[in-house]
Amino acid sequence: MRPVVRHQYDAVIVGAGGAGLMAALEASKGCRVAVVSKLYPTRSHTGTAQGGIGAALGNREPDNWEWHMFDTVKGGDYLVDQDAAEFMCKEAIRVVYELEHMGLPFNRTPEGKIDQRKFGGHTKEFGKGPVQRSCFAADRTGHMILQTLYQQCIKRQVTFFDEYRLVDVLMREGRCCGVVALCLATGELHVIHAKAVLMATGGFGRMYKVTSNAHTLTGDGCAILWRRGLPLEDMEFFQFHPTGIYKLGILITEGARGEGGVLRNRTGERFMERYAPTLLDLAPRDMVSRAVHQEIRAGRGIDGKDYVHLDLTHLDRRVIEEKLPDITDFVRTYLGLDPVRELIPIQPTAHYAMGGIPTNLNAEVLADEQGRVVPGLYAAGECACVSVHGANRLGTNSLVDIVVFGNRGGQRIAEWAPKAEWAALPDDPEGSAQEQLARLEANRGGDEAARLRAEMQQVMMDDVGVFRIHAGLQEACERVNRLRAAYQGVGLSDKGRRFNTEVEELLELGGLLDLAWVTATAALARQESRGGHSREDFPNRDDAKWLKHSMASLRGDAVQLAYKPVTITRFQPQERKY
Amino acid sequence: MAHVRLKIQRFNPEMDSAPQWREYTVEAEPTDRVLDALHAVKWHHDGSLAFRRSCAHGVCGSDAMMINGKNRLACKLLIKDLKQPIVVEPMRGFAVVKDLIVDQTKFFEKYRSVKPYLIAEEPPPATERLQSPKQQERFEDTTKCILCGACTTSCPSFWANGEYVGPAAIVQAHRFLFDSRDQGAEERLEVLNKASGVWRCRTIFNCTDACPRGINVTKAIVEVQNLLVAHAKQGSTTDAAQ
Ligand SMILES: Cc1cc2nc3c(=O)[nH]c(=O)nc-3n(C[C@H](O)[C@H](O)[C@H](O)COP(=O)(O)OP(=O)(O)OC[C@H]3O[C@@H](n4cnc5c(N)ncnc54)[C@H](O)[C@@H]3O)c2cc1C
Ligand code: SF4
Ligand code: FES
Repeated sequence: MRPVVRHQYDAVIVGAGGAGLMAALEASKGCRVAVVSKLYPTRSHTGTAQGGIGAALGNREPDNWEWHMFDTVKGGDYLVDQDAAEFMCKEAIRVVYELEHMGLPFNRTPEGKIDQRKFGGHTKEFGKGPVQRSCFAADRTGHMILQTLYQQCIKRQVTFFDEYRLVDVLMREGRCCGVVALCLATGELHVIHAKAVLMATGGFGRMYKVTSNAHTLTGDGCAILWRRGLPLEDMEFFQFHPTGIYKLGILITEGARGEGGVLRNRTGERFMERYAPTLLDLAPRDMVSRAVHQEIRAGRGIDGKDYVHLDLTHLDRRVIEEKLPDITDFVRTYLGLDPVRELIPIQPTAHYAMGGIPTNLNAEVLADEQGRVVPGLYAAGECACVSVHGANRLGTNSLVDIVVFGNRGGQRIAEWAPKAEWAALPDDPEGSAQEQLARLEANRGGDEAARLRAEMQQVMMDDVGVFRIHAGLQEACERVNRLRAAYQGVGLSDKGRRFNTEVEELLELGGLLDLAWVTATAALARQESRGGHSREDFPNRDDAKWLKHSMASLRGDAVQLAYKPVTITRFQPQERKY
Repeated sequence: MAHVRLKIQRFNPEMDSAPQWREYTVEAEPTDRVLDALHAVKWHHDGSLAFRRSCAHGVCGSDAMMINGKNRLACKLLIKDLKQPIVVEPMRGFAVVKDLIVDQTKFFEKYRSVKPYLIAEEPPPATERLQSPKQQERFEDTTKCILCGACTTSCPSFWANGEYVGPAAIVQAHRFLFDSRDQGAEERLEVLNKASGVWRCRTIFNCTDACPRGINVTKAIVEVQNLLVAHAKQGSTTDAAQ
């Protein structure tokens, strides 16, 4: 048994990326807050976001939030909840100014305003042509957001539990009352009793072999709530970004195409002309990723292989080096190529989880498809599904989502927690965490975790990727389930307590396997093609049957699927052409 | 795939009395990162090897360590560019928690000591504060810092005296001192003018060489020193005027 330390805070924020830090800043205006993060905050994955944050400031050309909302809804293939999209696109403007006031060093227009550039799927006048909406700081916008929010947290003296890993969320009679975290440096367990808990644990791209996501993006928060019986929404929708560096998956921002870059196949053809005549290379990601796959399948990949080229060579050297310095550095470092003169080999890379923990406009977590709220539990950012991204997220909209809903969740907590009664902790609050860790430690021999992980990532890539089909999805469900069984006996060689990163990786693998299972199961059930979910056996969108959100829950040892309607206010579903 | 030889300093204070060197041979591509080789050790040879990492492409600052004698990010160095065995040890100057993981508590305390946040007390306008592209470029270089610690732990002045705030904290101070929107110069310069402040820099340039973000760290330090000199002069003229 591990030693246990106890704490009490009005609110605990789990995760210190953009969503968690924004929530912490707001919540700390009204109550005592602690932030728990497995990574030191500035190492969170928000820091890797490159291209920008979308807001209809209109600094370069006329723009308004309603066009932004339309693009978000259409980009999401009409699975977006329109009340949430409206709220986000209006709030985006206020929150971007707030970030500037906090000191975020945006690039500037000649008049000194925040500079903006084009991005995939963002248009003027409801689809008439591309618009400059993405506010950016070179190609390190996420880094600047993360740094700026962390700086403000220091200024406000927010309490941080750095390098503490969430292992359990505590519930009593349907209400959330705290968390259990593992201190990595010592191996002790910490029970934090709280009135409100906000989950901001990020995405889970590591279930795929080729991904833009950090090693630590393993969906821990989603998996822990799932095991507590709470639902996950729209898990079948996972976004593949068209331009990952071949084999490595490292992202080349859409901003590269926003600045004028184009995609070419083996004959040098700008093939997007055939797939999206108006927006061309700046069509939404699901479409461009499918186009790349189709080119490869038709034998038009480079040298017949599974990649195509991103061409920046016609751009001015200054544009490449000044507006895209980081990706230029990545290409030089990892490929030994110079994007100023040479073509960049790219392939679609697993990028973003549209699905996650269902929430309402107040970032409150929903317990079921009827919209019942779990008192005391909130979620925001990539781990949540509110749903503003529907079946396919637009570029720049995740950074908007994390700051807008992180802000909203923090505000709600600041209002609610000071007045709320304390709920008692469950008996033996750390019991389940102790047991889980003891079980891992008792294992000897057993399967190699790395082998299980590699197989899961391969299966998900092959069968639950850009294109999907019944037989493949069924096979994926079965294989992932066999891996889940093998996981029960997986071996652990490091029996120490101090910074046991092997235990960490095992906990992460267990969560990823569960989320892979849910993703494949929900994808098998959805018999249509919409946004990031593209079925070869059901190539069309089917609004009559499938204009609805899926809600998956663990019942016994099975995934139970329920559905709930999409909120439609301003924009009726139309055919999606660009 | 090729054989890659690594020599790694191992130390778990929970069990070992002193650090020891271990050698490993793993399979990896020449174009793989050192981080991939460390994963190969951890995943297929010895699960107890401990190191921090996250993004794997040089932007999160988790995996700074000493590789073949220089502070580098393991995810930003390719195997083909290194002499073998690749010698890997923790950054110097902080206590080792386990293997390649060092205790960075002091590092972040130093960071906090320079007040690394915008200080501007006037209420902001309804929209953005204006800043010209030129004013923004003035401090852009130092905004790139990812707080990896490679600079501070490669600095002989820091090794000689652990009280020195170190290059990373000065880089962070620079980012605000040269931001046209910031008004916190007085408070920050006071910290930097102390015995533990910028004057400990001996312009050895190790920090600039170590920085994985290509920040001209030494230049930033010198600019902060010059700013202090300018402020001191201004201070004495106002004194003289009184
Ligand atoms: C390469 C790349 C580029 C991108 N570019 C853009 C862009 O230009 N524009 C855009 O809008 N979006 C972009 N995105 C998407 C966007 O960056 C992310 O969706 C967003 O940053 C997620 O923020 P978050 O706060 O939800 O989570 P994260 O920033 O991922 O933070 C998760 C936090 O949770 C913590 N955590 C996780 N598990 C645990 C646990 N078990 N215990 C304790 N703490 C835990 C972590 O330590 C971390 O602090 C990009 C994504 C990638 C991968
Ligand atoms: S200045 Fe460079 S080396 Fe120093 S902490 Fe920042 S990124 Fe790392
Ligand atoms: S793992 Fe992020 S910098 Fe190396």
